[in-house]
Amino acid sequence: MASESELNAGIEDGVRRRDFINIAAVSFAGVGAVAVVLPLVNQMNPSADVLALSTTEIDISAIQPGQAIKTSWRKQPVFVRNLVAKEIAEAKAVPLSDLRDPQTIDERTKPGKENWLITLGVCTHLGCVPLGAAEGENKGDFGGYFCPCHGSHYDTAARIRKGPAPTNLVVPPYEFNSDTVVTIG
Amino acid sequence: MSFPWAKPYEPTHPLMKWMDEKLPIPRLVYNATGPGYPVPRNLNYFWNFGVLAGAALMMQIITGIVLAMHYSANVGVAFNSVEHIMRDVNAGWFIRYAHMNGASMFFIVVYLHIFRGLYYGSYKAPREMVWLLGVVIFLLMMATAFMGYVLPWGQMSFWGAQVITGFFSAIPLVGEPVRQWLLGGFVPDNATLNRFFSLHYLLPFVILGVIILHIWALHIPGSNNPTGIEVKDEQDTVPFHPYYTAKDGFGLGVFLLIFVALTFFSPNMLGHADNYIPANSLSTPAHIVPEWYFLPFYAILKAFTFNFLWIDAKLWGVIAMFASIALLFFLPWLDSSPVKSSTYRPLYRWFFWVLVADVLLLGWCGMQPAEQPWVILSQLGAIYYFAHFLVILPIVSRIERPLPMPNSITEAVLAKHAPDAASGPAAA
Repeated sequence: MASESELNAGIEDGVRRRDFINIAAVSFAGVGAVAVVLPLVNQMNPSADVLALSTTEIDISAIQPGQAIKTSWRKQPVFVRNLVAKEIAEAKAVPLSDLRDPQTIDERTKPGKENWLITLGVCTHLGCVPLGAAEGENKGDFGGYFCPCHGSHYDTAARIRKGPAPTNLVVPPYEFNSDTVVTIG
Repeated sequence: MSFPWAKPYEPTHPLMKWMDEKLPIPRLVYNATGPGYPVPRNLNYFWNFGVLAGAALMMQIITGIVLAMHYSANVGVAFNSVEHIMRDVNAGWFIRYAHMNGASMFFIVVYLHIFRGLYYGSYKAPREMVWLLGVVIFLLMMATAFMGYVLPWGQMSFWGAQVITGFFSAIPLVGEPVRQWLLGGFVPDNATLNRFFSLHYLLPFVILGVIILHIWALHIPGSNNPTGIEVKDEQDTVPFHPYYTAKDGFGLGVFLLIFVALTFFSPNMLGHADNYIPANSLSTPAHIVPEWYFLPFYAILKAFTFNFLWIDAKLWGVIAMFASIALLFFLPWLDSSPVKSSTYRPLYRWFFWVLVADVLLLGWCGMQPAEQPWVILSQLGAIYYFAHFLVILPIVSRIERPLPMPNSITEAVLAKHAPDAASGPAAA
């Protein structure tokens, strides 16, 4: 065992060499621990095969005006709706000041393709699938979508109009490959 | 528990005082691994391996819980789910390789821990219970490791499960029904995989529980030490913290270096390439061997190639293999010498090293194909193994004349530093 004088060797400003060794050792172990924790946390993030599902190609040629289809992107439902002129006009007639999440229909569709409304079928309240895409389903008070879980009403541009949802249905990133094929993601 | 001169836990901070009254976990830690636990002052680095085994178990539990988040225990997808972990899951390759090699590291440190116990007589009174619980942990580890090895559902997984559950079919009369009950079928299949996964997840926590008993039993007499002389007074001991936390911390650093070197640079060195082939119940790999840590016992199993008395070779092999481990339960009573440490046992020490060589030989034979000269070597090795415990040890411990022993740990320590003995007593 070291004698007291050895322990106190090199004291300057009350700091012993042993204090330095202690701090250095614990810091080094701490850095090592963090380096190990990072992969252990990161493993819970979506894995490569899940991320590989991030683009979906859909054929929209069979969707008649006034109809909608449900498809999926990243395992989430996607609504693709072929709006009729009346629905577009209704959406345009709403003053932005009436909207909880103000957005025009032009901002929610592609230029020259404003009859194609493509949104996620995930209610922005708590994630249920709203009704209104399939024939005969309740489209809500504003002729768009209606979420039966907690009563959120979306209009013909899938914007939130009534009920607890905070924002409009999300428009996913997508491109028109041609007039009839869309790539989502 | 512990010695009368152990430093008492005296919390000063009001929060710690409050905690001490409600749930005295800080007191428990202080008295078990803190300044309140006096430990012999002369422990060498062989006393690191208990802590290292605990660290290895914790690593296995953490990496294992993570792997279970991504693994599927179904024969249709199990193999691919392991490949999914290796290729798709973020850092999955690292976590799986850490778990795979962590098992080997766990066995390495546990074998060194057992080696230490055998060399320094740590299994003797008053620590028999510590030893018995240790053997229980060893058995649980073997079961856990075996079932874990089945989970990837590769060729070695499948045939390992087939062969090891085959041990039970050696039991007379009920053997085959018992095996079918264990497997939930006639060969390892989905039912087997599911129950093995369930048990592989459960057993590490059982091991953790037995480790708590193991440490509890240890802390009643306190640690053995390289002289094997019991602690007599305060100058024979130092507080666990900071002396052995620092020493164990250093050992842990070395252990982790070896572990990461293995994991990063040679992750498949200790595995078998055949396990990267999906399980096929119609084709056995040409050369089937267990993981390295089972090899000595596997050699004993394979050593019995002939029927003897009214028992057939198959049953003899299985009995011998289980007996080779069960024997360890009787070790504290087979060795009747009152001297613990081999340092003072000139005759036993010699036989101890022969036993170590014999186990290594058995391990080597376990790896070889079932042909000569390996069969005869396994047979000789197996005979010597049993002879060591059942014949040599009882005799040696009776006839041996131990070397003169120091009166205390302190005396032994000071004698080592004889040239500067003048300054010694002051330093104590």
